[in-house]
Amino acid sequence: MEELSRSVSELKQTFNTGRTRDVEWRKAQLKGIIKLLDENELQIFQALERDLGKHPVEAYRDEIGVIKKSARFTLSSIDKWVAPTKKQVPLLFYPSKGVVMPEPLGIVLIFSSWNFPFTLSLDPLIGAVSAGNTVVLKPSELAAECSAFLSKTIPLYLDCKAIKIIEGGVEVAEKLLQQKWDKIFYTGNARVARIVMSAASKHLTPVTLELGGKCPAIFGSLSDGDMKVAIKRIASGKWGPCSGQACVGIDYILVEHQHASKLIDLLKKTIKKFYGENMGSLKNLCKIVNKHHFNRLHNLLEDPAVAASIVYGGSLDEQNLFIEPTILLDPPVDAVIMVEEIFGPFLPIITLDDIHESIEFINSREKPLTIYAFTKDESFKKQILAETSSGSVTFNDTFVLNACDNLPFGGVGESGFGRYHGKYSFDTFSHEKAVLERTFYFELEGRHPPWNDFKLQFIRLAYNYDYFGLVLLLLGLKRKFT
Amino acid sequence: MDNDSKFDGESARVMMKELRETYSTGKTKSYEWRICQLNNLLKIAEFHEPEILQALHSDISKPEFESFVHEIWLIKTSCKLAIKELKRWMKPEKVGTTLVTFPSSAEIVAEPFGVVLIISAWNYPFLLSLDPVIGAIAAGNTVVLKPSEVSPATSSLLAKYIGEYMDSSAVKVVEGAIPETSVLLEQKWDKILYTGNSKVGRIVLAAAAKHLTPVVLELGGKSPIIVDSDIDLKIAARRIISGKWGCNNGQACISPDYIITTKDFAPKLVDSLKLQLLKFYGEEPLKSDDLSRVVNSNHFNRLIKLLDDDKVSGKIVHGGQRDIVNLKIAPAILLDVPEDSLIMNEEIFGPLLAIVTVDRLEESFNIINSRPKPLAAYLFTNNKKLKEKFVGDVSAGGLLINDTTLHLTVPTLPFGGVGESGMGGYHGKFSFDTFSHKKAVMYRSYLGDASERYPPYTTRKLRFLKAVMNGSFLDIFRAILGWP
Repeated sequence: MEELSRSVSELKQTFNTGRTRDVEWRKAQLKGIIKLLDENELQIFQALERDLGKHPVEAYRDEIGVIKKSARFTLSSIDKWVAPTKKQVPLLFYPSKGVVMPEPLGIVLIFSSWNFPFTLSLDPLIGAVSAGNTVVLKPSELAAECSAFLSKTIPLYLDCKAIKIIEGGVEVAEKLLQQKWDKIFYTGNARVARIVMSAASKHLTPVTLELGGKCPAIFGSLSDGDMKVAIKRIASGKWGPCSGQACVGIDYILVEHQHASKLIDLLKKTIKKFYGENMGSLKNLCKIVNKHHFNRLHNLLEDPAVAASIVYGGSLDEQNLFIEPTILLDPPVDAVIMVEEIFGPFLPIITLDDIHESIEFINSREKPLTIYAFTKDESFKKQILAETSSGSVTFNDTFVLNACDNLPFGGVGESGFGRYHGKYSFDTFSHEKAVLERTFYFELEGRHPPWNDFKLQFIRLAYNYDYFGLVLLLLGLKRKFT
Repeated sequence: MDNDSKFDGESARVMMKELRETYSTGKTKSYEWRICQLNNLLKIAEFHEPEILQALHSDISKPEFESFVHEIWLIKTSCKLAIKELKRWMKPEKVGTTLVTFPSSAEIVAEPFGVVLIISAWNYPFLLSLDPVIGAIAAGNTVVLKPSEVSPATSSLLAKYIGEYMDSSAVKVVEGAIPETSVLLEQKWDKILYTGNSKVGRIVLAAAAKHLTPVVLELGGKSPIIVDSDIDLKIAARRIISGKWGCNNGQACISPDYIITTKDFAPKLVDSLKLQLLKFYGEEPLKSDDLSRVVNSNHFNRLIKLLDDDKVSGKIVHGGQRDIVNLKIAPAILLDVPEDSLIMNEEIFGPLLAIVTVDRLEESFNIINSRPKPLAAYLFTNNKKLKEKFVGDVSAGGLLINDTTLHLTVPTLPFGGVGESGMGGYHGKFSFDTFSHKKAVMYRSYLGDASERYPPYTTRKLRFLKAVMNGSFLDIFRAILGWP
């Protein structure tokens, strides 16, 4: 605890020197992150392989590539972002200048997660340093190799008096939460998020919570050609990212009865092509992160009604923590697999009479982090947008939204609040300070007591920005009240 | 709201059920509904001026002028702005996409959160209730407003007229005190906006944490004024007085709390303030109608304690006379107060103005930065370097140079705190934004599907991926052709 307090004190001292506000310092950290990734690509691949069985292509696509892109985008934009934004001020206050000026919050705490241990650590870090803060990053202990790597390597590339990595589990997290932070950024699950927010409330610390939820994929009517592409995207969007252990991974599919069997057939073919013919020849897939989650997933299939609904896969390798891609057709909607976020390689398919029923189905559950909809029906798209609520919506694809630097990434309701990516990362770690500058010229006497009717009339006209009326009043020409 | 029936957990549950049902019909999302409600809200401010003035006078003896200017007209302006801009605010915002997601299009769609809770304060009971309500309705939410029980006449008025003018299946007022507020805070809201003090702010945030409800906290703090010597002293003094005693007699979250000036300049400043105070409020300010009273005896006693603190005895250089019957305290100036006095360690929120003197004005920055971040900070100077240092070094919700409190009325500037003075902000479009969830939407097509994104993963695919993510056309070209 003492060491922790010392670290936090040191970060405060560093912040007070003002050096993290300097744009050159911020750029140096961003360049440091890019250099770290460039010079340690193999080691990063190795750490991800050991922690999660992540294939290098997946590791590059979802972690290294994402961070590099984010750091580069931030580097190329930061001069613009730190500049004050001019705001229009009513003529009444002439001559005045109004700006909104971003400033760092101070000392921020970032809790990362284990499924994308680099992205979910370094992407928020990019936001925090670009906004000029000092940072404590606590990587997830469930991705131990990645956590150790970050702890060892970040100090070699970044300012270690301003950015600290603190490793550990629940105990360390609890101790961190007892400190006073200027911002906390948490990625994880809703249960722990409540603990984080509750701890933050003692210090009035603002938080961003990036959580998850049951992200549905609505599967409408598509032509054969489009359907093939859609299935590829669904398969790679479900099992591609960390074998389904992703906050934006597809949790379940909604489809009309008539299309279900074709959907399942195509999915089976695609799974075999992408991930191997069977349990024995699985490839390009992450393993389940640990025994606890493996058992949790195993238990989902123990429900006999759920087991009976398996139409593909269902095999588990306990020793190596692998579970093959599994499709279920119409498991009971009140089974645990349909109530809790799956966060694993099971894909329930729920059939409906009419695809429009998917809206009610989704709305009867908590707001998810994202909704996917595969449809070309423009009015259905509008209906989905207007009648459902989620962090985000993607039409006709999966996962790509996260790669768009101009779109905010965050949840709503149980899937969290706050957002980041691109400039939103900078904003989320900044305080937008309003600044108004006046002069001593043109004093409006009407604003000061003692009050009288003239002044009331003056202010009434001023509020309506009735400049002509004001001039008349001042010239003594306006007598009547309006 | 029937005054005789208790608002308990069951009442809250029934109310929430009704609001959620209303929300799920979708009617509050329509432009027509929102405009209709905003227009009705405007009618309350337009058609009931005398009753509003009367309520504000009853609650806090607010001078008519202040009631017009700071409450009624600010609400009217805010409402009219929302009505004028709502169509534009509701439009989805198109955003650009890059090579990485080509071909695609993207936009950000504003949607309401759902059911929101607004907890208001007693010092500007009309403004701080309805301004957030304007934002919540403009964004398409259903709303529960809990006005402060410390301003009961305005609370009653709001319950009455909101009930009469607004869609009562979607906009409700719950009157009451701590028990009612606690019951409300147990419910699951989609957003909460609280205006008040940091102690209760913590309670609100902790309650919100149970439901992962996002919160805006509009709190306060000790808003300092740094006063330089090279200024138009008369205008500065008048602006300071207006911002301090002209705003609810110092009972405002952005009222100047204390001044920092040089030892040399302090006497001149005090003299100018005394002179202008005389002009504003006369020889007997306790009898002036242009000053609010202190809201209740709790706060009255609290302020007297600050004045009677041993550490500041002998420091009162002006005013401080008290009328315990009418709960009035005359504008008081205290000079050279020690930093460890009571008055320098809590938000004054009253008609006492403390002046701290320093040898050099640059020392003021340390004084300010060693304290919790305030909602506002002010500087009077013509010195460009000082202005730059102020803007760069002082962290507060908002800064104003050469004036006080006005920035609150500029709708293009966000109004909110940082650190102990709060989180989030509103006013103008920021109100609409604060009560909206901005949903990211990406549109993709089936054309140009790159097989490189799918397994089985190969070295070639990795190269292609790297090239796309690096945004390098040349690298992409080479990867496709298999060139090294």
